[in-house]
Amino acid sequence: MEVTIQKAVLAAITDDPAKVSGVPVFVAQDDDSRQKKALYLSRILQAAVHDLGDGVLIVVKH
Amino acid sequence: MSQHGGAVGLGLLVGLLARVAMLRSDYRQYPTYPHGYSTHLFMGIFAALAGAVTIPALFEKEWTAVTFFLLVAEQFRSIRGMERDSLKALEDNELVPRGSEYIESIARVFETRYYIVIVVAAATALGFEMQSVWTGLVFGAVVFMWTVLLTRVEVIGESAIVEAAPVTVRGSDVWVGDIHIFSMGLRQSREFISERAIGAILTPKNDEGRDTLANPGQRQAMLHDAASMLGVRVDLDTPEFAPQAKRDLRTGRVAVYLVPMERDQAALIEMLRRTPVLESARGRARFLKAGHPAKRGSRTGRKEVGGNDSEGGSGGNHR
Repeated sequence: MEVTIQKAVLAAITDDPAKVSGVPVFVAQDDDSRQKKALYLSRILQAAVHDLGDGVLIVVKH
Repeated sequence: MSQHGGAVGLGLLVGLLARVAMLRSDYRQYPTYPHGYSTHLFMGIFAALAGAVTIPALFEKEWTAVTFFLLVAEQFRSIRGMERDSLKALEDNELVPRGSEYIESIARVFETRYYIVIVVAAATALGFEMQSVWTGLVFGAVVFMWTVLLTRVEVIGESAIVEAAPVTVRGSDVWVGDIHIFSMGLRQSREFISERAIGAILTPKNDEGRDTLANPGQRQAMLHDAASMLGVRVDLDTPEFAPQAKRDLRTGRVAVYLVPMERDQAALIEMLRRTPVLESARGRARFLKAGHPAKRGSRTGRKEVGGNDSEGGSGGNHR
C-alpha cells in the first residue's frame, strides 16, 4: 500500500525566514526568484503553491 | 419439464435482450471494454435463466425452486461488490477520481440491472405459460418498461440551473463568477488559468437541490463527468489545474472550475446538467417529518434559495 502525505504544508518560500517556522524554508529576496523556486518545488513535490501575501508562498500537498 | 421448454427459452431470450438493452456504454458507464461486455452478457444469461426456469418449476409445484431462486438472488448481490472493487482499484490512477459515492451509485445500478433481468425473464415465462408467446412478450415488455421507469435516474439539470460563468484571476485569487475557488501562488499557473479555464455556476432550484449540491460526493461526480468529456489539462505535478467545485455558503450555489483540453463552454454546461443525482446525495428534506415545517416556511414567506442576494432570491446574475 502506498502511503502519501496529504493536506500538509511541505515548504515555504519567503523573503524573510523570520516570517515562517515549522516547515522547510527557502529564502529568496525578489519575486522572480521566489516564483522560480516555488515552481520547481511544486513540480518536484507534486503539490500546489498558495500565496499567503507579505512575500510568503507555501507549497501544499492536497 | 419438456413441455415448458418454450417458456424457459422465451424467458431466457427476453431476459437476455433486456440485459443487452441495459448494457449501454456512454461516456461515464463502465464497462467499456470487450471483457467487461462479455462478463455482463454471460452473467445476464445466468440471471435470465434463473428467472425463466422459476415459473415453470412453480407451475409444476416444485417448491424447492423458491429456495434456489433466493439462492440465485443472493449470488447476484455480489455483482455490486464486484463493480465496486473494480472501480475502486482504478480510482487511484484517475486524474479526476469518481469518488466513493459515485462508485457506490454505479455499483448499485449494475446490481439492480440483474434483478430487472430476472424479473423480466420470469414475467415472460409466466405470460407464455398462461397463454402464448405473444402474451409472454407483452408481459416481458411491460415489466421491463415499468422497471426502467422505476429506476429512472434524476439529473442535476432537474434540481439546479446551470449557467456559464467566467473564470477570473484577481491578484493571486481564482474566482468563478463571484465565488472564490482558491489562491494560486504561481504566476505562470495564474496566466495559464486565465487563458484556458472555464467555469459554471449551479443555482439550486429548491431546498432539495441545495442539499444535493452540498454533497461533496455529488460534486466530485459532476467533476468526473465533465472532465471525462472535455478532458483536463492536469498532470500529477500540476494539482492546481485539477477541476474543483466550491460552494457559496451564503446561497448554496456551487461554482465549477475546470481547465479542459477542449474549451467548450456549452459542453461543460450540458455535462453538468446531465450528471446523475446520486442516491446518497439526494436532498431529502421533504421526506422527513421535521422537514415539512421548513417546506411550509419556504412556501409562505421564505425566499427561494440561490441568486446573489445573501438572503436568497432567485436568479443567477453572477457575471
